[in-house]
Amino acid sequence: MDGTERLFERMVHEHQNRVFALGFALTGNRHDAEEVAQDTFLRAYRALITYPPDRIRELKQKAWLHRIALNVVRNRVRGIRPRLVELNGSEPDHARGPEDGALLKMEMDALAARVAALPARYRAAVVLRHVQELSYEEAADALGQPVGTVKANVHRGLKLLRGDDDDHSYD
Amino acid sequence: MTTLTTDLKRLGEVKAPVGFADRLLAHVGMADSYAHFETVLGTVYVAWNRQGVSAASRSASAADFEAWFRQDVGRQLIAAAPPLDLAAKIKDELNGRHRLRFDLRGLTPFEQAVLRKTLQIPRGEVRPYGWIAREIGRPAAVRAVGTALANNPIPYFIPCHRVVRTDGQIGNYGGGGPEAKRSILTMEGVRLKRLEELARAGVRYQGVKTTKVFCYPTCHTGRHALEKNIVWLHDEASARAAGFRPCKVCRPAAVA
Repeated sequence: MDGTERLFERMVHEHQNRVFALGFALTGNRHDAEEVAQDTFLRAYRALITYPPDRIRELKQKAWLHRIALNVVRNRVRGIRPRLVELNGSEPDHARGPEDGALLKMEMDALAARVAALPARYRAAVVLRHVQELSYEEAADALGQPVGTVKANVHRGLKLLRGDDDDHSYD
Repeated sequence: MTTLTTDLKRLGEVKAPVGFADRLLAHVGMADSYAHFETVLGTVYVAWNRQGVSAASRSASAADFEAWFRQDVGRQLIAAAPPLDLAAKIKDELNGRHRLRFDLRGLTPFEQAVLRKTLQIPRGEVRPYGWIAREIGRPAAVRAVGTALANNPIPYFIPCHRVVRTDGQIGNYGGGGPEAKRSILTMEGVRLKRLEELARAGVRYQGVKTTKVFCYPTCHTGRHALEKNIVWLHDEASARAAGFRPCKVCRPAAVA
């Protein structure tokens, strides 16, 4: 195995959860999230094997992977609205007292679906800032937008998320 | 406010599915998959990737095979369900029908040339190390051929057991020692006793008087010659002096 492959292997292990979570929040379901994460790393791999060593050394892996993942999501949903939230089964059944893990999983599924239903410009900003916990500067860099625009989009996105749902109060 | 951002933060802690990284590395060809197969040789562990079969071994256990593979090939290895047709292809390949592709990427060009040439030796026949060396254009590299074959990562399928010492002795075998080599060759129909008797008598080639062609003793083209027409030859020079030309199939000497 050569140096690039070793680096890629480390990159996958280090960033797989982060990239999957990004895909999950942007697409709203685990199946699409896995596809996005896989496509992201495949594109990264195809790019890496063509890069000269200098460029690989200077690569900011986290920001780079975020940019690729955003492009992957943008390309696959272009012209298509994110999948509608399925009501069946998205409401946890408290009467049966599901285990904490299953409950958390369902809560996360429901939240991801709500985030994914945001308009694209708010969604990406909210996800980068609050799910991925990038700084405004990092998020602006990944999105190729001014910091002020990102701040405004994060703000509006959060507002929509809070106002969108009457069953949960986030006050 | 805090609850929403806290929830979003928890969303960022969602983990990738189990096995995601392994599947991804296998997909780009950086990790290999493996399974074990019951064959005429017993249980054989076989590793493969998108390029083809990358390793085989009659390891005692999956753990042994994984350890050997990581050490020898240097990639990750993942137990997996084999492609539906792989078991049939493995069976055919061991029966002498070429159906598998092989991934030899980790080897040097010389090692690859040796193994590709070895693949051309038909089932039931043997060739000397020197034959491989000459055929790949490195006639002086006989010992290096031996080393390359000893390090063959895909024994049985790339039939390094069909390469024997130039003096006709069976020689050593990386796939389980000389005894394993003998039993596999016997299973493939090589008459070892006869081969060794010829070797002891200093005979290298079989000539057929009627065709004036000389072959390696196991070459299938000379198999049906009548006993009375066979002459045993000790070296190329005396064969040519007696008016024989080398066989174009087994190529015991450079064919003019």
